Amino acid sequence: MTTANDNASFEALTFGLQGEIFALDANCVREILDVIQITQVPGADQFVGGLINVRGRVMPLADLRVKFGMDRPPNGDDSRIIVIEIDLNDTPHLVGLLADKVFEVTEIRDSSIEETPDLGMKWHPEFIKGIGKRGKDFIIIPNFDRIFAA
Amino acid sequence: MAKTILSVDDSSSMRQMVKMTLCDAGFSVIEAVDGKDGLEKAKANPVNLVLTDLNMPNMDGLALIKELRKLPTFAGIPIVFLTTESDDSKKAEAKGNGATAWIVKPFRPEQLLTVVKRVLG
Amino acid sequence: MSAAELANTFREESADLLVKLEDALLGLESATDDKDLVDTAFRALHTIKGSGSMFGFEAVAGFTHHLENAFDKVRKGEISLNSELIGLALGAIDHIKALIENPEVASSTTGDTILAKVSAITGQSAAAPAVFKTAAASVRPNEDATWRVRFQLAENSLYMGTNPLGLLLGLQELGICTVVPQTDKIPVLEAIAPTTLYMGWDVVLTTPRPRSAIEDVFMFVMDDAQISIEPVVAKEHRLGEILIKRGDAPPEAVNTAMEHIQRLGTVLVKDGVVSEGQVQAALAEQQHVRAEANKAQALAQTQASSIRVPAERLDSLMDQVGELVIAQAHLKQLVAEMDDSPIKSVSEEIERLSNCLRDTTMSIRTVPIGTLFSRFKRLVRDISQELGKDVNLVTTGEETELDKTVIERLNDPLVHIVRNSMDHGIETPDNRAKAGKDRQGHLHLSAIHSGAQVFIRVRDDGKGLDRDRIRAKALENGLIGEEDKLTDQDLYQLIFAPGFSTAKEVTSLSGRGVGMDVVKRTIESLRGSVEVNSFPGHGTEITLHLPLTLAIIDGILVRVSVGYYVIPLSAVEEFVDLTADEDKPNSGRSFLNIRGELVPFIRLREIFNTQDPAELHQKVVIVSETGRRLGLVVDQVLGEHQTVIKSMSPLHANVQTFSGATILGDGSVALILDVAEVAQMGHVPEIDREAS
Repeated sequence: MTTANDNASFEALTFGLQGEIFALDANCVREILDVIQITQVPGADQFVGGLINVRGRVMPLADLRVKFGMDRPPNGDDSRIIVIEIDLNDTPHLVGLLADKVFEVTEIRDSSIEETPDLGMKWHPEFIKGIGKRGKDFIIIPNFDRIFAA
Repeated sequence: MAKTILSVDDSSSMRQMVKMTLCDAGFSVIEAVDGKDGLEKAKANPVNLVLTDLNMPNMDGLALIKELRKLPTFAGIPIVFLTTESDDSKKAEAKGNGATAWIVKPFRPEQLLTVVKRVLG
Repeated sequence: MSAAELANTFREESADLLVKLEDALLGLESATDDKDLVDTAFRALHTIKGSGSMFGFEAVAGFTHHLENAFDKVRKGEISLNSELIGLALGAIDHIKALIENPEVASSTTGDTILAKVSAITGQSAAAPAVFKTAAASVRPNEDATWRVRFQLAENSLYMGTNPLGLLLGLQELGICTVVPQTDKIPVLEAIAPTTLYMGWDVVLTTPRPRSAIEDVFMFVMDDAQISIEPVVAKEHRLGEILIKRGDAPPEAVNTAMEHIQRLGTVLVKDGVVSEGQVQAALAEQQHVRAEANKAQALAQTQASSIRVPAERLDSLMDQVGELVIAQAHLKQLVAEMDDSPIKSVSEEIERLSNCLRDTTMSIRTVPIGTLFSRFKRLVRDISQELGKDVNLVTTGEETELDKTVIERLNDPLVHIVRNSMDHGIETPDNRAKAGKDRQGHLHLSAIHSGAQVFIRVRDDGKGLDRDRIRAKALENGLIGEEDKLTDQDLYQLIFAPGFSTAKEVTSLSGRGVGMDVVKRTIESLRGSVEVNSFPGHGTEITLHLPLTLAIIDGILVRVSVGYYVIPLSAVEEFVDLTADEDKPNSGRSFLNIRGELVPFIRLREIFNTQDPAELHQKVVIVSETGRRLGLVVDQVLGEHQTVIKSMSPLHANVQTFSGATILGDGSVALILDVAEVAQMGHVPEIDREAS
């Protein structure tokens, strides 16, 4: 995954999880799917507790809500799976990300990103790369390297 | 167990080459600097094969071979000449005195190994 | 060995020799008839020539040869030594030095001038002798030819150190040999002189090498042995024809014999025309030629029909076949819900075709294991030397085919096993002799097909595993408890535990406790297993059980609650119902009575942490893992399933219960159970309980 903060601005896909807005580098997004059948993996970490079949490829389904300590209501009509490509052990792998809702692809300017948000964070700061601002909304930019390494 | 080979040559570089080639191939090598030295070492050590130069000071290869073949312990022990002589009369003389085989210099280490292995069976 | 090192030794040596030569020449100036000094000068030149030619100083050798020649003539009294020759020789010393130290700069005119003057004295031409040009042996593969080689060595050749076995081995190196000893000349017992060689040998040899290569084998015995080398026309002959061709029997005798009804060979022997040995040799030749002809034919056929394909293409073909198998399974499932017999029959046809396609594709991916085995000859030789042991390696089953990926990954585990066998198993020659064994140790590497599996076995004839030592070590490491009763098989399996080593002394090869656990892990990652057998005093046998291919397996599809799982069919023995009587969840140990044998069982829903209550009519799948039987309780057995294996994501590396995943007919994902891991989960708690 390319590092978002290096450029003056980057194309980001924004999505919602439990009322918060998240953004990830649009370059690493492969596709966005409606929720398909999910196979639970007994004994696996709840964060990657499921497996999905995307046209013959079996990939883990990650639920960021676990890492951010959010409630996990059943998937609704707006729920989507974002297929992203990330490096695991230095080789690219496809992973599905569960989202309550997918918004849009937008440009996030570097200048609007605050490096270390210290405003009474309820989340593990390690998992957040920065907080962007868009209008009056805060956008959380998750640190996937840390999230998937943990 | 590793077979023991007696290498008799007055040329130190030849002895070194023989020793390196044969040790690499798992043989153990005893060195002698001339025929006299060779004869003494052959009497003192059980050897499976003798490799000897022909032209040497003190005692040459032919004299060495004659002495060796007189030893009861040397019946059936192969003796191979390493020599620059390539003419047949010398070979016949060597054979007549009990040489098993000969290798004409120059030779490659692999050739030496091939002959040694063949002679030792 | 380093050529540079030898060249340096030669430089030092020749510097010494040139000093000796100089001293001798200076001495000869005042005493031209001093024989010892002439000898010294000659020998110095002789050694410089001989060794120079050996170590890449051809120019030195070529130049020195002429001077050596001149001094040889002086030595033999053919020419007399005069001050001119001494002067030339002194000048030659400087030139030789230059040729050794600085060959590029050394002036060839200086050398030529000296040589011209020397040759004027000796009366011999100054042309460089051809002997110093070492021609590179051209080994061009030729057509195979078959030769009839017969040899009878001189009677004293054993005494002279000639080893007939060496000659036979020499022939064997050239190609395929059929050897028949000729014993006709062996006299009656009282007449035998023990050092005399009476035997001769008839060899039929098929080799791509030229006749000269065969002659080379006999080069040292050519003069006083009877040797004949004749080509055999590669056409099958009848015995009589062969005997005539070989000159062993006159045509008339054969023809007369032909009129009898008895077997020709027997008749000819009885008639005293040929000896039994000659007939045997001729029969051997007949068989040899026949075998070669068959082989050539088989080779021609395979060559005609084989092509080279990049490995990636095969991999992508395999992937696509995998997709097809999944799609076919889906089709089958959909058709099963319909009531349309024409579509059903098409679906069945597609199933048949996709199975065939799968088998063919898998067979393309397989390669013979011989390529892997051949690397071990060198390894065993090297380790033998390192350990001072004498070990003979025999390999069989080289033609056994395995998935290429499996073969690639087998190298390291096999190296570990072979090293261990040689290091800990096979004794030193002295200890072997003490134990009444052959001084040479034997190691047998074999591969054999067994159903959908391949067994690769490493067997040594060493001392076997030391049960007491393994037990002591396992106790020390806390792997087992004092009270544990272990079968031999369980005990042997402990050598694969991480950090386990029984070696009393740590050697450089093995005994550091790493290795054997890696072996087991690698083999298990290939979905194989390791079996150990040991016979105290007689050796150890380690067998790797490996699946034929990695990509697709046959499995049994089962359901536990809402989840679907595949159990590899190779592990499954049978299915039984779980009776209400046996189904007592809280009775601690769970056993099934299967035809009188108590088989432990575990509930997959417990292992999977399934919350909902167990269903009625549960089934037990009886699996066998390294000889131990174990029951796995499931809710439903759905039947056989063609399983295309998809590997687990690194994100699931900590989930060891499953070896992979697969896609079911309806597109959902099912997990493939790692039976070995599940069996461990089933056994470990019991050991813990007993140990604590």
